[in-house]
Amino acid sequence: TMAATKTSKEQKYDRQLRLWGDHGQETLENAHVCLINAIATGTEILKNLVLPGKQTWLCADHNVAGTDESIILIDFFLSSDSIGKNRAQAATELLQELNSDVSGNFVEESPDKLLDDNPEFFHRFTIVIGVQLPESTCLRLGSVLWHASVPFLVCKTYGFIGYMRLVVQEHTVIESHPDNALEDLRLDQPFAEFKSHIQSYDLDSMDKKDHSHTPWIIIVAKYLEKWLSEHNCQPPKNYKEKEAFRQFIREGILKNENGIPEDEENFEEAIKNVNTALNPTKIPSAVEDLFNNEQCNNITSQTPSFWVMLRAVKEFVHNEGNGSLPLRGTIPDMIADSQKFINLQNVYRKKAIQDVAGVSKHVESLLQSVGKVCFQFPLCKNASFLRVVRCRSLAEEYSVDSVNKDEITSCMDSPDSEMVFYLMLRAVDRFYQRHSRYPGVYQVEEDISRLKLCVNSLLQEYSLNVNIKDDYIHEFCRYGAAEPHTVAAFLGGSAAQEAVKLISHQFVPFNNTFIYNAMSQTSATLHL
Amino acid sequence: MNLLLFSLFREKKRSRVVELTEKMVVDGGNGRTCEWEGRWNHIKKFLERSGPFTHPDFEPSTESLQFMLETCKILVIGAGGLGCELLKDLALSGFRNIHVVDMDTIDVSNLNRQFLFRPKDVGRPKADVAADFINNRIPGCCVVPHFKKIQDLDETFYRQFHIIVSGLDSVVARRWMNGMLLSLLVYEDGVLNPSSIIPLIDGGTEGFKGNARVILPGMTACIDCTLELYPPQINFPMCTIASMPRLPEHCIEYVRILLWPKETPFGGVALDGDDPEHIQWVYQRSLERATEFGITGVTYRLTQGVVKRIIPAVASTNAVIAAACATEVFKIASSAYIPLNNYMVFNDVDGLYTYTFEAERKEKCSACSQVPLDLHFSPCSKLQEVLDHLTECASLQMKSPAITATVEGRNKTLYLQSVALIEQRTRQNLSKTLKELGLTDRQELAIADVTTPQTMLFRLCFTS
Repeated sequence: TMAATKTSKEQKYDRQLRLWGDHGQETLENAHVCLINAIATGTEILKNLVLPGKQTWLCADHNVAGTDESIILIDFFLSSDSIGKNRAQAATELLQELNSDVSGNFVEESPDKLLDDNPEFFHRFTIVIGVQLPESTCLRLGSVLWHASVPFLVCKTYGFIGYMRLVVQEHTVIESHPDNALEDLRLDQPFAEFKSHIQSYDLDSMDKKDHSHTPWIIIVAKYLEKWLSEHNCQPPKNYKEKEAFRQFIREGILKNENGIPEDEENFEEAIKNVNTALNPTKIPSAVEDLFNNEQCNNITSQTPSFWVMLRAVKEFVHNEGNGSLPLRGTIPDMIADSQKFINLQNVYRKKAIQDVAGVSKHVESLLQSVGKVCFQFPLCKNASFLRVVRCRSLAEEYSVDSVNKDEITSCMDSPDSEMVFYLMLRAVDRFYQRHSRYPGVYQVEEDISRLKLCVNSLLQEYSLNVNIKDDYIHEFCRYGAAEPHTVAAFLGGSAAQEAVKLISHQFVPFNNTFIYNAMSQTSATLHL
Repeated sequence: MNLLLFSLFREKKRSRVVELTEKMVVDGGNGRTCEWEGRWNHIKKFLERSGPFTHPDFEPSTESLQFMLETCKILVIGAGGLGCELLKDLALSGFRNIHVVDMDTIDVSNLNRQFLFRPKDVGRPKADVAADFINNRIPGCCVVPHFKKIQDLDETFYRQFHIIVSGLDSVVARRWMNGMLLSLLVYEDGVLNPSSIIPLIDGGTEGFKGNARVILPGMTACIDCTLELYPPQINFPMCTIASMPRLPEHCIEYVRILLWPKETPFGGVALDGDDPEHIQWVYQRSLERATEFGITGVTYRLTQGVVKRIIPAVASTNAVIAAACATEVFKIASSAYIPLNNYMVFNDVDGLYTYTFEAERKEKCSACSQVPLDLHFSPCSKLQEVLDHLTECASLQMKSPAITATVEGRNKTLYLQSVALIEQRTRQNLSKTLKELGLTDRQELAIADVTTPQTMLFRLCFTS
């Protein structure tokens, strides 16, 4: 009998479950996503959410497919059968077809009309993604979503440039899955259970087999003990001392009857790991910053769970933790026999469990003090990797008083930096406001001087003392607001993954503007 | 190396463009006309307008669109995660003559990202289903499928393409393709004839990371030039697996490598990672072993992952990398912009990060340097040492090299692994010294391997 029969969904989603787990998958499936404008960039984003299982979504577009025929054939999710249908409807039908476990909805309204008639319409969504929105609509929608605390992802494909802007007041990440995390071994401040565990080892009296299969963590700990007793309790600090310490360990390698050192890989591992093993245990500054946050220190019945948990961790640090975070509890693999490794691993695991219990007690008492109930999630294991992302609002970005002049002018010290594309996108928006069309849609030459006027008025309005090369003004006329499919597809993949991050609270989203330059295959993240 | 100015437009297009005297109206195969006013507006802006960032060879014209629609022939290798995206991207960028090669059939676990396939297609060849889908969705597009291994096709096949773009999942296959395109290069008096160059755009993804690169065989760094970027797969040491497991993975490998051959379940067949009953068997036994040693963490999912060497994959990364590759195909076919020179890396674990650099050609590259590589061995070295070097050296990483040499005027196979009978006959040579085998200083060794379609020449240099 197949005790572990896999459902067909588990089979289908296997490759991505290995990235974000079953709990991440659940959040993705259940989130309510709204996409505005079913043109290529938008449908590409949705495709990359529908395929991994986004179960419901809403597509809003007031345009009819076929009024601009060129749009159909850069968009995979409109076919010639779509001509005459509302774009959102046509796209929804073809997107739904991608995954039998999903079903989407569509609305034949423009976002402006929705904002006029019923702005609360947008409050129900986990995330709103807006594609090719004119500036005024974008700002209106941005304001509504900001005050409703709904994350807003703005995307635009303009010629060979891709643009994304994330607007979210506060986004907490518990599982950031950092690529290269340092181990949490506490060799500089061994906890009691670890100390007594290493007491049980006497390297000098071990036979060769045991000696060669003792985990390097034990070896370093033992030699460190000896070193401390001989050096006035001062651990090796500089290169010279660490070298001496490494040599000290090397001398501990067993020798055969001819005095030649044996092959003891575990000792080699110990020597190799001395550098990182001696790193002082400390709380990452990012986490310290979180501890100093208003939300962390001012727990009320409205406080989100993330901050309650974080406060509990802070209380732990200042009490049972003696200045340290709860122990992570994992150790890397290393040369050792099974028994020694498992025993050592269990020492760390048990301590981690103890620490979790300690944090839980603080959670309970905090909740009691504000009369609230919440549920546990794996925060302790990830205590070092907690992140909070806060983006500036669109209003702040666009206001003359709070525009990030420093960021703009310092990037533009290199006149070919991706910042120039951001400024050009702002300039073409201005052009659209003045002329009700984008530059270069029909003619290039005449529009260059008109666009240049827009560029200058933009720079003047914000008192930006930067120089934009004429080449870029020419190029942005040349684009004629085209939406080449490959650039839309690049953005489609990028935006979809950011949406997954926002929905699942796993992995860290960008903050706050991403520019992709398909001409040079380069990109940049700007803070505007 | 200065920025490469490679223009396919100039080299190939001029000799093959078909003169068109009237506006194209093409039957899409189902009675519909598939050209209508404005269909290619988005692309025409890049082909018919001059601009400050175009390739120096670029000339605005209506010819390029016709070239791309009518003449330009693209080969897509792989119809999986990257392949499906590539086919869509190319078809929507104006390419109509596309061939696709893939030796696999569709599996349920493909459906989370290989969007040209549906549950009803499971079991069918990927190339066939992908081609059908694209041809039906995009009028005028003609994708020709090949349900084959790339090694089953020869140089006459590959030579017909203007650009080749690959979304492969194996380094061995990439190297083979790389070697094939290098073998097509024509040198006249030591000078490379540019029209014999077929650009290779190569994409790869793994979880949230990916890369896209442009290879101009004979001109830029090739796959083998940067072999160190693909580190050899680490396998656990046998003593760990056999007697000192510590991780759940060790327990699973024990069952896969030692227990399965010993107990020969299911009538003695080979372990098939795609058979749920096989995985279930391995899972149960792995649990038993883990329990014996007090190890936790063995799950069905982990078991399958280890047995099949599963690499996590998601639609979004494939979409990004395929899009970048397709953009490069467009640039090279149209000269609209200077192509990527020559390697882009992408990672969206933390924000979005790209890094673009020029991978350099290796002077002594085993694939693209035209001079035989030197192998330095003492005449008293055994042939086994040479074999070990070929497989273990990071810049060679051969899989099962076959070594032949001219000895006393006759071509002699010194060792060949892939044919059992010959392997048995030549095995004894492995323990003989190079001198005993009759090899002389400075002589050439011809070495064949799955990583290259051509035999590689090495020069044996005796050390004292």
